[in-house]
Amino acid sequence: MLLQRSIHSSSGLKDKIFSIDYVLVFSILVLGIISMFAMYSTDGGEFKYHTNSHILRFFVFFGLFFLVSLVQIRFWHNQSFLIYIVFFILLLSVKYFGLTSSGSQRWLDLYFMNLQPSELMKVGLILFLAKYYHRVSIENMNSLRYLFLPIVALISPVLLVATQPDLGTSILIAAGGIVVAWLAGVRIKFFAYSVLIFIILLPVAISFLKPYQKSRILTFLNPERDPLGAGYQIIQSKIAIGSGGLFGKGFLNGSQSYLDYLPEKHTDFIFTLFSEEFGFFGSLFILLLYALIVSRIVKIGNLTRSTFGKLYCYSFATAFFIYVVVNMMMVLGLLPIVGSPLPIMSYGGSSMMATMFGLGIVMSCKIYKDTPVN
Amino acid sequence: MLNPGSGNTVIKSKLISRRMFLLTAAKAVVMLGLVGRLISLQINQATKYKSLSDKNRFREWKLAPERGVIKDFFNQELASNEPLYQVHLVPENAQNINKLFVRLKVILNIPEKKISYLKRIIKKQKPWEPIIVSDNLNWSEFSKINLFLHELDGVEPVVSVARKYPDNSSAHILGYVSQISAKDLQTKKYLKDLSVPGMTVGKTGLERKLDEEIIGKIGFQRYEVNAFGKRIKEIKINQGQAGKSFKTTLDYEVQKYTNILLEDKAAAVCVMDIYNGDIVSLVSSPTFQPNAFVHGLDKKYWNSLISNEKKPLTNKAMSGLYPPGSTIKTLVALSALENGIVKPSDTFRCKGKIELHGEKFHCWEKKGHGVVNLRKGIQRSCDVYFYEVARKLGVDRLSETAKKFGLGKTVLSDFVEERAGVVPNTKWKKKFIGQNWYIGETLHSGIGQGYFQSTPIQLCLMTAQIANGGFKIKPRIIFDKNDNSLRDYIKFKNKNPDQTLPVDLAVNNFNLQPLFKNQENINLVKDAMFSSSNEPGGTSYRHRMENPKFTFAGKTGSSQIKRFTEAQREAEIKQSDLNYKDRDHALFIAFAPYNDPKYAISVVVEHGGSGGKVAAPIAKKVIKKVLERHDMRQELNYSIGEPV
Repeated sequence: MLLQRSIHSSSGLKDKIFSIDYVLVFSILVLGIISMFAMYSTDGGEFKYHTNSHILRFFVFFGLFFLVSLVQIRFWHNQSFLIYIVFFILLLSVKYFGLTSSGSQRWLDLYFMNLQPSELMKVGLILFLAKYYHRVSIENMNSLRYLFLPIVALISPVLLVATQPDLGTSILIAAGGIVVAWLAGVRIKFFAYSVLIFIILLPVAISFLKPYQKSRILTFLNPERDPLGAGYQIIQSKIAIGSGGLFGKGFLNGSQSYLDYLPEKHTDFIFTLFSEEFGFFGSLFILLLYALIVSRIVKIGNLTRSTFGKLYCYSFATAFFIYVVVNMMMVLGLLPIVGSPLPIMSYGGSSMMATMFGLGIVMSCKIYKDTPVN
Repeated sequence: MLNPGSGNTVIKSKLISRRMFLLTAAKAVVMLGLVGRLISLQINQATKYKSLSDKNRFREWKLAPERGVIKDFFNQELASNEPLYQVHLVPENAQNINKLFVRLKVILNIPEKKISYLKRIIKKQKPWEPIIVSDNLNWSEFSKINLFLHELDGVEPVVSVARKYPDNSSAHILGYVSQISAKDLQTKKYLKDLSVPGMTVGKTGLERKLDEEIIGKIGFQRYEVNAFGKRIKEIKINQGQAGKSFKTTLDYEVQKYTNILLEDKAAAVCVMDIYNGDIVSLVSSPTFQPNAFVHGLDKKYWNSLISNEKKPLTNKAMSGLYPPGSTIKTLVALSALENGIVKPSDTFRCKGKIELHGEKFHCWEKKGHGVVNLRKGIQRSCDVYFYEVARKLGVDRLSETAKKFGLGKTVLSDFVEERAGVVPNTKWKKKFIGQNWYIGETLHSGIGQGYFQSTPIQLCLMTAQIANGGFKIKPRIIFDKNDNSLRDYIKFKNKNPDQTLPVDLAVNNFNLQPLFKNQENINLVKDAMFSSSNEPGGTSYRHRMENPKFTFAGKTGSSQIKRFTEAQREAEIKQSDLNYKDRDHALFIAFAPYNDPKYAISVVVEHGGSGGKVAAPIAKKVIKKVLERHDMRQELNYSIGEPV
């Protein structure tokens, strides 16, 4: 009811539909369609489980995107804390009821899908902090008292996720939160202190790392260290991308993925597969598409009047950018394999849901750009 | 507390926008970095990564080529190929190699020793390289493997081809093939790229001589494989090239026939066309099973071969060294005639022995042969006559003639096992024994004893070159349709003794090499050989052939192994009373038919006793067989020579 009221208030549905940013919608759609082809290729050129379920998810969550975007931005602002708390509870329940797969406990069994609350938390934290800093005055911004809540709100989910263990997602959640704080105006010195503390705590943190995580970091530093073990993924991914050359091996002809040399090709390494089949120009196109999406979000941030809207859009754009870049740097051998999906392209319901939800709020900022949030 | 003032909002907005601008700039830099990385991987290093990707993708398996076939003159296969059922194992495709071996052990009954051997091999080679678990399965074992195949990951049933010899009759001249050894790989350059599991190489005989050409070129199968080594699809197949096939001059029927005649004897027979040097038959006895070597030799069988005193593995026709005995008398006579030492009419008196510097030299006929001239000397094989001739001739002139007629050097080329033998002379003795020559040794040489060592194939060549009128021929075992025209030359000469040669024959025979000074001397020796085989008193008279089609002229020989003591001589000890190992070797050489010679033969029976009694009857039967098949052979020879 609350939702319905929010949609029907203010201007009519027609106006709202007119004020949608169609460039952004179109970019997302194109990327989605590309991802379907890529998924089709990972299934060996057949409509199998991954392809079918990816297509279904894309359209379901694309619908969610519209639904979210038609809801008043005021609503999302008002419910931000609540959303954060709901996501946090979900994250907490993973700790107790979560599904364990390959040594890490990340998922909640919701019968129709396995939900990964850590993905949702990526958006949840941004929402929470955007609202928080929207309300904190510029004078109080850098007082320690007002730093306390954001730090708690950031550290708690990050620790929860890190101990699942899921180092990659926890880092990405943290990155999103830090971006909000910094954009809001928190002084550089606090970040510098944090880095200092982090470095001091690093040896302690390393001692808590699982052996496979340590091995991944060492392998990143020297992939040939263990070419058939942990270094295998990086090496094979580089071979796949490099062998794609300028124009790629052609759709469905990526021998590296087709012959199973490529690990995790539906999820983290989907860009590798695409890059192998479509080469440098294909990869460049994907990169530009992501850049376009990011710049559209930033543009919406420029248009929107509320501090909340601006903070949210800028932060989300930056976080989105970070997700993309981290994934690509990982598969290009520039970062250790930490396990982070490529937004929209990668297989995975929770990531798709979180991304579409986040983008929906962005679009809501666009549609209700002139409405004050409080 | 929370204070969202409007003026505040504007400042805040500005701050946010400024910081966002910084972030955007950073993003652009990062984007450029990513593009740079893509350029580096996909453009600058594309070639490197493409080859790495192909290295991942393709894997090659080598295919052993099919060995060429060896045929006889009538295109019968002497060494052929048969399908072979093998079980290969690709270690990386097996889930649990130990469990797999347990299963295979039960199914194929593999001994524990072999399994540990295979496991050692697996450790040495690359995980995708197949090893041969079982080399030669019969059909029922092979179908059993196929039945259980679904539960034997990594096991591959393979139908290949392997050498197959129809029988053992030509085992020595053909040789045998066996698995490549480390030594083969080191010593034979052509094997460098041929190392394929299951590859066999020729170890002896023709198989070894022809190995480089007969082995063929290796093929390969290129497969696309997935990350788990599973073959996804065949990309390219190169069957390689089957080895070259060879046709020999041998006659399989004669080989088989001779082999039966020689059964249980340690003996060798060589038959040669006296004009073109075609070796029609080359048999050594006892024989062995060449098929037993193809798939790894059974130890028991090997030991039985090694311990057999008749030495079945030796090719006696080419590597057996025997004193030529009295067969050398043909050459002693010829040498003496050519050098003008004796005239055919010169006589000596044989009293059964002569004495020289106090040493007694006995004739085999204790009573003596009485007055002996050259013809009678050969007919009766009178030792005293040849002692006298040799003494006058001297060993150096004898050795010259003997070498001219083919003794003392190998007859065929590229047979590692062929031996050259010894034609002694004064220089030779000085060099190899370091002593001066004694005149007594000349006498021994005159009857083919002492240092003289010859192989049956040499004796056959010697006989052939006497039989064809004294012309040099080049013996051959690989068929060559280029017949020389010696045959036509002789025919023409026989029909028109006084005419000059027609031009074409003269041209063709430009490079005929006569081994004589006066051909009349050759004819004298041939006539004497005729009398030895066909006139009463001749040493092989009892085994003559009266049908002129088969009439042969020959010379017997019995080469002494051990000197008779005076006591034995007095007691008239017979050969059959001696220990096997102490008996004389029985030799016989001949050519036939006498009035139109076509073939020469040599027979050696180790420890057979008397040449006339043991070797001549064998020669007689073989000659008959060969001559019966002569027309067939000629027909084929001419049909091949003509353009179709």
